[in-house]
Amino acid sequence: MAKPLVTMTGINKHFPGVLALDGVDFQLVAGEIHALMGENGAGKSTLVKVLTGAEAFESGQIKLDGFDAPIINHSPQEAQERGLATVYQEVNLAPNLSVAENLFVARQPRRLGLVNWRAIHRRAEAILAGIGLDIDVDKPLESYPIAVQQMVAIGRAIDVSAKVLILDEPTSSLNDQEVANLFALMRRLRDQGLGIIFISHFLEQVYEVCDRITVLRNGRLVGQYDVAHLARRELVSAMLGRSFDDLAALSRSDQDQSNDTTPVVRARGLAVRGGVKPFDLDIMPGEVVGLAGLLGSGRTQVARVIFAADPADQGTRLINNRQLPDRPLDSVRAGLAFCPESRKDEGVIGELSVRENIVVAQQSKLGAFHLMSHAEQVELAQHYIDLLQIKCASMETPIKQLSGGNQQKVILARWLATHPELLILDEPTRGIDIGTKAEIQRLCLELADQGMAVLFISSEIDEMLRTCSRIGVMRDLEKVGELTGDQLNSSAIMAAIAGGEADD
Amino acid sequence: MTDQHSRWRRLIHSRLFFPLVCLALVLALNVVITMVTTGSPGPFFDINFSNGTINGPLITILNRSSELVILAVGMTIVIASSGGVDISVGAVMALSGAVSVWLLGYGTLADNSYHVASYVVPYGVGLLAAIAVGAICGAWNGLLVAKLRIQAMVATLILFTGGRGLAKVVSEGQITKVDVPSYKFIGNFIQDGSGHNVVPVSTAIFVAAAVVALAGLLLRHSALGMNIQAVGINPKSSRLVGLNSGRVVFFAFVFCGVCAALAGIIATSRIGAVDSSNVGKLLEMDAILAVALGGNSLAGGRFSLAGSVIGAITIQSLTTVLYSVNVSADQLPFYKAIVVVLIVVLQSPELRPMLQRLRRRFRPTAGLRQVVAP
Ligand SMILES: Nc1ncnc2c1ncn2[C@@H]1O[C@H](COP(=O)(O)OP(=O)(O)OP(=O)(O)O)[C@@H](O)[C@H]1O
Ligand SMILES: [Mg+2]
Repeated sequence: MAKPLVTMTGINKHFPGVLALDGVDFQLVAGEIHALMGENGAGKSTLVKVLTGAEAFESGQIKLDGFDAPIINHSPQEAQERGLATVYQEVNLAPNLSVAENLFVARQPRRLGLVNWRAIHRRAEAILAGIGLDIDVDKPLESYPIAVQQMVAIGRAIDVSAKVLILDEPTSSLNDQEVANLFALMRRLRDQGLGIIFISHFLEQVYEVCDRITVLRNGRLVGQYDVAHLARRELVSAMLGRSFDDLAALSRSDQDQSNDTTPVVRARGLAVRGGVKPFDLDIMPGEVVGLAGLLGSGRTQVARVIFAADPADQGTRLINNRQLPDRPLDSVRAGLAFCPESRKDEGVIGELSVRENIVVAQQSKLGAFHLMSHAEQVELAQHYIDLLQIKCASMETPIKQLSGGNQQKVILARWLATHPELLILDEPTRGIDIGTKAEIQRLCLELADQGMAVLFISSEIDEMLRTCSRIGVMRDLEKVGELTGDQLNSSAIMAAIAGGEADD
Repeated sequence: MTDQHSRWRRLIHSRLFFPLVCLALVLALNVVITMVTTGSPGPFFDINFSNGTINGPLITILNRSSELVILAVGMTIVIASSGGVDISVGAVMALSGAVSVWLLGYGTLADNSYHVASYVVPYGVGLLAAIAVGAICGAWNGLLVAKLRIQAMVATLILFTGGRGLAKVVSEGQITKVDVPSYKFIGNFIQDGSGHNVVPVSTAIFVAAAVVALAGLLLRHSALGMNIQAVGINPKSSRLVGLNSGRVVFFAFVFCGVCAALAGIIATSRIGAVDSSNVGKLLEMDAILAVALGGNSLAGGRFSLAGSVIGAITIQSLTTVLYSVNVSADQLPFYKAIVVVLIVVLQSPELRPMLQRLRRRFRPTAGLRQVVAP
């Protein structure tokens, strides 16, 4: 066996009200890609944070190759100096700085004591080229989609000479090509002798790229396995602690839409200057419509314009045959709901409690002077905490203390609580474990059966095939077609997205 | 036992714990200083009844802190919703005070013979005008911050400097006064025709209490409290759930302006005159400090009104303590700064982990079982 790089033994970590890590052992050896798996809130991110000093731990021991005595990192900087490079689950970059600045914050190449901007520019481009990203590094980071931001975060981490690379859900917003690039890079680094910790909820990716898997459940170690000797089914039951009926059991009921119902949304020629080109879209009650396309193809913009999160520059938008002002409040009042792509930026309200985060949309729909009583709020919050199995110490816990996946569930709960007529979901299952993912898909179909319309955006084609009865295809900021019935299979969708023979 | 234990823990972890400790410390400081200088604890906690009024150092502090309490309430809302501060409140106090005096009919302090038997316009009109001036100033600030997205500190700098100038224009550069006795009621005691106190407690205390109570009720019985915090924490998320962050911030500034006007009315009424260059001077800084001392983050978001009120009273107590040891008015800010630094350090969220780390270092067995790295 190769030499161990990281050995953690008996790690304990409490948060108020939760035992996040309960005597966890973990070992990473040189030249392996090691997956860390488990349900939302299992303790994966916490284990990583303990290792990198982002969180303190109560007891246990961490040994690092090259250090005789056990070590404790007191800060991520210290960990970095010891050769641990990390990309955390929540991208921690400065959105209003340029890409290049983000790559070199606090470690600018200097010449004669001055920041050498030319060198920064050149090296930034080189780093990004190394991970297959070709963008203007002088533009502010926030002008790029989340996926690009995530790649930049990865670029920043691996640039420093590291022995261990830690990636906490790095692929959650990447498309297939970007994932492939990242994996190629990971393999290359592995072959150079790096140890890589990889956290992901995507089983396929884990099987594709990883050598070993450590599974956590409820803060405890379940086991460490060789990927080659672990069947998927066993992995899933190790994670969930029970066997799991295959997702395939899920199926949409192909309901016939009578023509006389009015569409919840009727978009005609909606467009954004410099953004998505004029598109038409109708969504009927009870319908689950998907939007497929590459990153940056305009999927998110379509969703945002329909919700009026961004104003359209031309075209009409009828909600239940009514024209509404382009303001989110009017959309919410008219029964629209929108889970945005960027959970941290536009979803969670960090210091507010789980309860407040759940009731806030319904409350704003009611108006500030129709305060829901405390009892009503508690009941509503509890209902969705149970329904979506949100893991939190209590509903008064600030949402920012929840694990990533559980935050996502709270945002979903927030919108379900408004009983929307149209639920717009932009990557709703990002960072959500496979058990809950299936639950959410099932819930979508169930609500659609009760008459709710859903607009569903996901980079996972399987997920869309399982839920959608119609899929709009976006390419280069243009809606190029719709697929229904027999056309709903992954090869047809792939072809349409890529701009093959499928539609022209 | 365990029950008591958990209650104690809850008290310690309550947001108001530290602000209250700070207030207690400042009061204790007063007693200690009197002990040292006079050899006895002094009458600090005495409360007596004479001349138809309730008197005592504590009552005086409460009375004197009225303006600051009112300002702190408005400032809390501004900070929570926008993460910025309104530094114009002192100037707005002067301006609204000057306007009410100008309307009600005035002479100048130098003008000894000046005397009017009744107000030129009804008293209520004078008050409403002052409040309207405060609201307009707040709306102006709100417009700059919420609509034009100018940083609050910069936006309110305009009235901070311009407000007093305007007040001087209104009062024609003089210290102006109103000679009707009832004009002094709000800042002092309500009296009957023969000059006897009717209510034993200063009216200012009632006004401050009313502002706190009204704001508290409004925040508790509407979703405004949650909305203000949501907007202050994450305006983008708030917008998507249908909150209009611009409007919330705008009204926060309007509310703060009205609070400043009320404080201005009290301050003017205390002496029955308005000196535009001195009314509410430096009070904006005290108001911001009060919010911070109350355990509220100046970055916005979560807030506690009660905390700010305690903070305001703490600052006023400190001022009283310092005056009692004969610190002169122009030296006051220096000593105040020292104590404030101490208090703010005490409340810093970084301090507790730092102390814990120190403790761990000195008693390695009590903390981590493992040894710290080489
Ligand atoms: N800062 C914090 N304060 C309090 N509790 C926390 C904090 N961070 C995490 N927790 C709790 O610790 C537990 C483990 O969280 P962690 O983030 O490690 O989960 P995870 O396995 O990464 O989940 P996910 O897949 O959703 O990202 C959760 O119950 C979470 O609520
Ligand atoms: Mg996580």
